[in-house]
Amino acid sequence: MTAQTPPPPMSLLAELTHRCPLQCPYCSNPVALDPRAGELTADIWKRVFDEAAALGVLQVHFSGGEPMARPDLPELVAHASSLGLYTNLITSGVLMDKAALDALVAAGLDHVQLSFQDIDPESAEHIGGMKGAQSRKLRAADLMMADGIPLTLNFVIHRANAGRVPAMLAYAERLGVARVEIAHTQYYGWGLRNRAALLPTRVQLETVTREVEAARARLGHRLAIDYVTPDYYADQPKPCMGGWGRRFVNISPVGRVLPCHAAETIPNVAFPDIRDASLADIWNYAPLFTMFRGTAWMPEPCAGCALKEVDWGGCRCQALALAGDASATDPICARSPRHRDIGLILDDLPAEVPPFVYRRYGSAR
Amino acid sequence: MSAEGDILRFARGYRLQHDCVRTQWVIQAPEKAFVADPIAGEVLQLVDGQRSVGTIIDLLAEKFTAPRGVIAGDVLALVSDLTDRRVLVP
Repeated sequence: MTAQTPPPPMSLLAELTHRCPLQCPYCSNPVALDPRAGELTADIWKRVFDEAAALGVLQVHFSGGEPMARPDLPELVAHASSLGLYTNLITSGVLMDKAALDALVAAGLDHVQLSFQDIDPESAEHIGGMKGAQSRKLRAADLMMADGIPLTLNFVIHRANAGRVPAMLAYAERLGVARVEIAHTQYYGWGLRNRAALLPTRVQLETVTREVEAARARLGHRLAIDYVTPDYYADQPKPCMGGWGRRFVNISPVGRVLPCHAAETIPNVAFPDIRDASLADIWNYAPLFTMFRGTAWMPEPCAGCALKEVDWGGCRCQALALAGDASATDPICARSPRHRDIGLILDDLPAEVPPFVYRRYGSAR
Repeated sequence: MSAEGDILRFARGYRLQHDCVRTQWVIQAPEKAFVADPIAGEVLQLVDGQRSVGTIIDLLAEKFTAPRGVIAGDVLALVSDLTDRRVLVP
């Protein structure tokens, strides 16, 4: 039995809550948001971290929603930290103040990823749907720099802000952070719903890519720039999550254990619940994890492709969203019979940008 | 390039950790973990913000009864690379 179990996960994405003061139209949460009433208790999360560390997880990413909306966050960080897990907070920063930061640092928090919607305040607050958010984020960044906790800035890029990447990089450089992510929106859930408003033009994408390359050449190790492109303009699929059920495990606010944060779209399979089984049993044996793990599930042309252990078949949620079948070849791949659909989507980008559908509990339908 | 007189430590946000499940050394870093090969693991266990690089070389040459010059080359190459990448700091 042991010989057949897969390698253990490296990272756990702990989505503590779907509640968030922001309403970003590309939110990575599912369109059907988990209600507060069903959220896992601190005791269950602690048990999850115990099991994760024993299984081989090295890093826990505290995410949401806005994880700082949970008052027990420092307690959870302290528990994870005591197990030797590397603790990372993924936050919008709008709930951060000195007392909250001090409590997290005292709990052993290792790193913070702070998200920005834009560098221009008016645009940022329009995208995030929250007045006053930008000044709170800038203050949060200053607090963290004063503390010295390692900080990565995360700018989410799309059609409405792609022109300001140089200003975003200049802010990161001025602030003195070691890392910045320039991450194009990915088109699942809310992002897929808002794709016509968010997908950049080819010229925008090429311009951003050039700007990032120039900044990398100039800055070297002084500022590491993680660059994520939208794969709609690619001919090769991305190795989504490093392969299904290979490196990452995601737990939703109500305890569903998932191979990625979009996996709740996969039809005809049970979503394992961490309250009913151990993390190891779910990771090793739950049908949701085994169904697309490795290469045995692959159809042609994937099964005979030399790159099948490079991209692991791309993204299952994207195959479902674009081809209507989660086990189809990812249509991003030029070898997919559906690849031409992507070209049609890009050709049909509206000249007039439609308004955002904001991520709210009520706007799911 | 690091020198034997340098005293280095892990920057905040980085640490060496033994991964008991995979029985290997890893460098925990912001949002990723790197595998440290067994030699790097031996070197980095001695990086504590107090010992000089030269002292670390002495200790390893003694432990592995190896020519000091060979050990020095390996250690300086490793710590120089990690200092460039800001994993180790003075």
